[in-house]
Amino acid sequence: MKNALRMRAQDTGTSLLPGVAMDAILLLEDGTCFEGIAFAGGGPVIAEVVFNTSLTGYQEIITDPSYRGQIVVLTASQIGNTGVNDRDNESCMPQIAGLVVRELSPRVSSWRAQGNLADFLAESNIPGLTGVDTRALTRYIRNQGAMKGVIAPADYPRDELETQLAQAPVMTGLDLASVVTCTEKYQWDEGNPLDYNPSGSSTAGMSTLHHVVVLDFGIKRSILRHLVHAGFRVTVVPAQTEAKRILALKPDGIFLSNGPGDPSAVTGAIGTVRELLGVSPIFGICLGHQILALALGGSTYKLKFGHRGGNHPVRHPDGGRVYITAQNHGFAVADVLPAGVKITEINLNDNTIEAIEHEELNAFGVQYHPEAGPGPREASYHFMKFRRMVDAHMSQSKQQSREEVHAATL
Amino acid sequence: MHTCHNRSSNPGKKYMPRRCDLETILVLGSGPIVIGQACEFDYSGTQAIKALKSEGYRVVLVNSNPATIMTDPALADATYIEPLEPEIIAKVIERERPDALLPTVGGQTAINLSVELDQRGVLAQYGVELIGASVQAMQIAEDRQMFAQTMLQAGLPVCEGGIAHNLEEGKRILDGIGFPAILRPSYTLGGEGGGIAYNIDEFHNLLAQALDLSPTNQVLIERSIIGWKEFELEVMRDRADNAVIICSIENLDAMGVHTGDSITVAPAMTLTDREYQLMRDRAFEVIRAVGVETGGSNVQFAVHPETGEMLVIEMNPRVSRSSALASKATGFPIAKIAALLAVGLTLDEIPNDITGETLASFEPTIDYVVVKIPRWDFAKFPRSESLLTTSMKSVGEVMAIGSTFKQAFQKALRSLDLGIAGLETGLDKIKLDRERIIAQLRIPMWDRVFYIREALLQGLSVEELYRMTGIDSWFIEQLRQIVECELQLANTDLEKTTVKLLRRAKEWGFSDEQIGRLIYAGPNDIRKRREEWGIIPVFNRVDTCAAEFPARTPYLYSTYATQCEANPTQNKKVLILGGGPIRIGQGIEFDDCCCQAAFALEELGIESILMNCNPETVSTDYDTADRLYFEPLTSEDVRNVIQIEKPYGVIVQYGGQTPLKLARDIESLGTKVLGTSPDAIDLAEDRQRFSDLLSDLKLMQPDNGIARSTDEAISIAQSIGYPVLLRPSYVLGGRSMAIVHDEAQLLHYVHHAVEAAEQSPLLIDRFLENAIEVDVDAVCDGKRVVIAGILQHIEHAGVHSGDSSAVLPPHGLSIVRIKQLRKYTRELALAIGVRGLINVQYAISGSKIYILEANPRASRTIPFISKATGIAWVKVATMVMMGVDLEQQQVTDEITPNRVYVKEVVLPFNRFPGEDIIRGPEMKSTGEVMGTAEELGEAFAKAQMGAGRRLPESGTAFLSVNNRDKPELPSIAWELKRLGFNIMATSGTAALLRRTGLRVDTVFKVNEGRPNIVDHIRNGEIQLVVNTPLGRESRFDEIALRQAALRHGITTITTIPGAQAAIQGLAAIQKDEFAVAPIQTK
Repeated sequence: MKNALRMRAQDTGTSLLPGVAMDAILLLEDGTCFEGIAFAGGGPVIAEVVFNTSLTGYQEIITDPSYRGQIVVLTASQIGNTGVNDRDNESCMPQIAGLVVRELSPRVSSWRAQGNLADFLAESNIPGLTGVDTRALTRYIRNQGAMKGVIAPADYPRDELETQLAQAPVMTGLDLASVVTCTEKYQWDEGNPLDYNPSGSSTAGMSTLHHVVVLDFGIKRSILRHLVHAGFRVTVVPAQTEAKRILALKPDGIFLSNGPGDPSAVTGAIGTVRELLGVSPIFGICLGHQILALALGGSTYKLKFGHRGGNHPVRHPDGGRVYITAQNHGFAVADVLPAGVKITEINLNDNTIEAIEHEELNAFGVQYHPEAGPGPREASYHFMKFRRMVDAHMSQSKQQSREEVHAATL
Repeated sequence: MHTCHNRSSNPGKKYMPRRCDLETILVLGSGPIVIGQACEFDYSGTQAIKALKSEGYRVVLVNSNPATIMTDPALADATYIEPLEPEIIAKVIERERPDALLPTVGGQTAINLSVELDQRGVLAQYGVELIGASVQAMQIAEDRQMFAQTMLQAGLPVCEGGIAHNLEEGKRILDGIGFPAILRPSYTLGGEGGGIAYNIDEFHNLLAQALDLSPTNQVLIERSIIGWKEFELEVMRDRADNAVIICSIENLDAMGVHTGDSITVAPAMTLTDREYQLMRDRAFEVIRAVGVETGGSNVQFAVHPETGEMLVIEMNPRVSRSSALASKATGFPIAKIAALLAVGLTLDEIPNDITGETLASFEPTIDYVVVKIPRWDFAKFPRSESLLTTSMKSVGEVMAIGSTFKQAFQKALRSLDLGIAGLETGLDKIKLDRERIIAQLRIPMWDRVFYIREALLQGLSVEELYRMTGIDSWFIEQLRQIVECELQLANTDLEKTTVKLLRRAKEWGFSDEQIGRLIYAGPNDIRKRREEWGIIPVFNRVDTCAAEFPARTPYLYSTYATQCEANPTQNKKVLILGGGPIRIGQGIEFDDCCCQAAFALEELGIESILMNCNPETVSTDYDTADRLYFEPLTSEDVRNVIQIEKPYGVIVQYGGQTPLKLARDIESLGTKVLGTSPDAIDLAEDRQRFSDLLSDLKLMQPDNGIARSTDEAISIAQSIGYPVLLRPSYVLGGRSMAIVHDEAQLLHYVHHAVEAAEQSPLLIDRFLENAIEVDVDAVCDGKRVVIAGILQHIEHAGVHSGDSSAVLPPHGLSIVRIKQLRKYTRELALAIGVRGLINVQYAISGSKIYILEANPRASRTIPFISKATGIAWVKVATMVMMGVDLEQQQVTDEITPNRVYVKEVVLPFNRFPGEDIIRGPEMKSTGEVMGTAEELGEAFAKAQMGAGRRLPESGTAFLSVNNRDKPELPSIAWELKRLGFNIMATSGTAALLRRTGLRVDTVFKVNEGRPNIVDHIRNGEIQLVVNTPLGRESRFDEIALRQAALRHGITTITTIPGAQAAIQGLAAIQKDEFAVAPIQTK
């Protein structure tokens, strides 16, 4: 029997990973080193190392601009199983700085797949590292806090990597939104946030379309689709767009998108939002929520290792229904808030703020991702809430203008 | 009245307390272990009882199964080991006046019973509220037609089909869907009686069988979705409408194989997020549409592999086998939480035990892969086909946790305790030709993964294998990688192998034994080499959160990674080895023993460490022992745990044969085997040493011999004299045991069942006919022996002790005999050197007492005896092992209960069509029940009722016995007549009975004409069958008779002593209504 096996072994000489497999490392800024095998790009690439605990949705994570400037560690152990497809992209390309996984599947099995993960990352020259003890790495980050790291070939001069790491900027104070934002304004009309089929627009039976202007700090497609689905005509503008140019577009509502980096560094946008407050209803998600809080006079801070996953429970601070939400944020809004701002949701794991609202100013922000992509979709009601807020504001304005007209004629 | 307490974590939230209008809650268990309903319900029931008690409720439990932890008298406030029948539960309700009934933790049995109690008006009469699931929700979930309608109304796609109540309706539905068609009878356990019809003849046969088996005569006929991918989601919902998914499970086997028979994997491996979220949303819609307001449910989906079409297959509005698996896979205790939700708490009011800092209102996420593999016992049922279908056939399961699928899968394979160390040859499949392999791959059989391995070795591609098996190519690819690694190993040797290859092999779950076989080295050589190279396992924690938060609970699994999270303590600690998968012969009773050992250690202040690989059990609950290692029970894996924990000692005598086999290995590590020493175990198990010991003690055993060849077997049998009992050495559960009456039968056995060979000798014993068999269990501390219980079997010796019904205390044995049994047991225990438990089996033939065997370990009967005597004997024995002698424990006297306790077994023949239902020397039962009363008759009748073989109160009894039993027949017939039964018999027997003056109706045998006995059975004209096996001549006739009786649920008694006991039972039924009493009032 042994000889028979020996014979056959020589026949099958397939390698276990696509592309070139080579030893590589993830070196953290404190000198801790994790070993693995490189796939896709080779590095070295330096970025903040964060972990995400979602069981599904690696493609959405990889293409989410909020992960710009980050090396993402996925805790789910089998990655790449379902390959990649056009539909599940959250932006036009992979956004992460690097990917670290326990085991990359060399084979794709999904009726939806159009390619494999390694090729997808390789096209953007993004390094991947497989065969890593991601649990040990996650525990390390959990205990030590998020830190910088570099993915590099194992034989790369260590002292050089250490120097580069030391010189690389930290995430706090970094304005990445201006890096990932669009360069010029565009219209978005694709709806169907939930379907497999991307074409066509669905507007949840809305008869009239309201106009929302989206400030793009690194917008996810899932959000745009949800806005269309909630009955909005969507115009996306660059993050640096000034308030008066936004108002010139005659928006019925303004949306502040998700995005990467430190919200307090996005000073221009904070000023813009301050000008827009009270003029038009405003809804912010993630970085948009943080920018809204800052514009309202609140403050933000960096979490030790952030919230990244698809299982975070949130609820109104006084009770009520619990929503399981998708989260991806390294910063949070501090719970010292100016008058008029109410906390409407908290995270039940650590009681951090998950949503705020200023009723008089018609503005609210949600820290987590009601648009999912990936993750649970049960909190998507926020988009309809925004739609109703815009509806109410518009009928109120009409009423006001009628009253003004009436008063003028008296 | 107890006081209500509110929770006080998480300030800000306005907390509702748990319900204060309830005081006493009734919990229903699931009864005896049967296929489709195993010890997962002991686990769920135990968790629920503990949770309810911790909230201050008074808990009343009814379960007929004494071999469970939940029936431990210390657990519920009042425990009724009584038949799970509506009239019995009504009596318990009348006596205990519970405010509420929790129907969702006792499997389908408890659900059906609760619906029945509601329909009979019992719940309304006594004002008992159903909590956890409403009658309507239970009915919708179980009735396929109502379920399909409910789903369609909610806009959820289901499989096309319809419900047939007869053949015509069936054909009409078939016209709409075509072949192949799936048939599933309503209200049966584990999909029993279902199947797949590929042609009209099969359709007719299956439909007839399914209609017959469904208590409501309803059969669901559906469009075939064979080959679709199958998924399950475990959902929890609370009264505030918070709903979460605890776990996603993907079946490796495609649709067409019952989930219980499928290899399953958590989390789901082949879904994109978009597909998973759709499934998640639909699962919530299902639970809301069915109306499960609180608790856990299991929702099953089928997904078309090429279009993604997703159908809802079914849902269970209760905890299930899958929820036990999901609990163990994630660390989230579904049954416990379900019980708390049922009494009004919400998910965000319950802390997550594992992290301590977060709440139960979240969705567990895991950073490892879990694989479950079922354990089958097809060898026990050789007449039945070993195909996997929509009717479940496995008797148990194992689960393994690994960092990757490959690691978990191979760990699971070696956990099965089948003598295979991973995905390897093991099953003599290596010489098969390609055609044979391809043929095997197309049919779902339990050993298909081994054929896949062989096919991969022969060069078949992943794609081809996917097409042949329907198994997703992602999984086949994983198997391919394992095979590739195997080939690389086979291409090297101990000297040439590399660190890289060896590390990869270990990361991919290869055992040292498996690697050793491939590179021609012993497992210890492999271990030595890899330890030199630093390739050593670490232990990671199951923490519900993929390491996002620290885990407080030491629930561990091994993997080959970089950081060990075991953090062992410096305490004095004891490692308890569990029993592995449930199988016939090694059942739940051993899990009960392991848990009791952990409880005893806790009392002694010694840290307990449990190691087991069975997800269904209480022993693998994270709060049973101080620490839990979810690991295979092999020498290598046990050694890993010993190396990290360095326990004071290891207990091997509670988990059955699986851990006992490891005693020598453990001792050779220099680790103490607690209790009876490995040498003493060997003394009792080695035939020669044991024979010598008996001669020294002047105790008798039946004449016997050991044959190492066929010729030797013939000559030994001749010298002993026929009939003789044949069996291979070192077995549990009477595997391949047979009684042969002549040389021809002996040769048949040697040629067809077990060969006698040098390495595997055949044991030959004189078979004692009509002997009374007695089990004596005792505990010995080296100085003193205390008898725990004496169980007299109802069937004569020759029926495996695990399959016979038995009575405690013994009935009809003289005081002299009982004294002798005690004396012999004492002498044996002391002579063997037992420290702990011993079980001795005796046969009393005439004036002689023979010793059949002595087992120096916990026996199958210990939990039964513990419940009957009120003493936790395993605890006593554990204390003995830890040096607290019997005198110090004040356990010095035998306790003879003043009630009668009857043990009865359940046999799984309804799962194995074609198998004869007689009891013999090979154990076939899956579970047991206890019947208890003041008198034997009532206790026996209750035991029968509990085992689902309710004795008829009146009607016609058909009698047919073999010649050896003929002398006993007239008295039985007359007794039945006196009890009001009509007597029916075939001509010969009828003539015999008429000679005694009895009126007997004559009936044709099967081949004598029509209407024959089978026709009468089918027509419902016979209520009781007494049929002892006639021998080979009329086997066909007999089997047809017994099969018909089985199909139509007619009580069939196959032994004379069984008939005699049944007569006492019948008399008891007629005399009085049954009384119920909790075991706590002794």
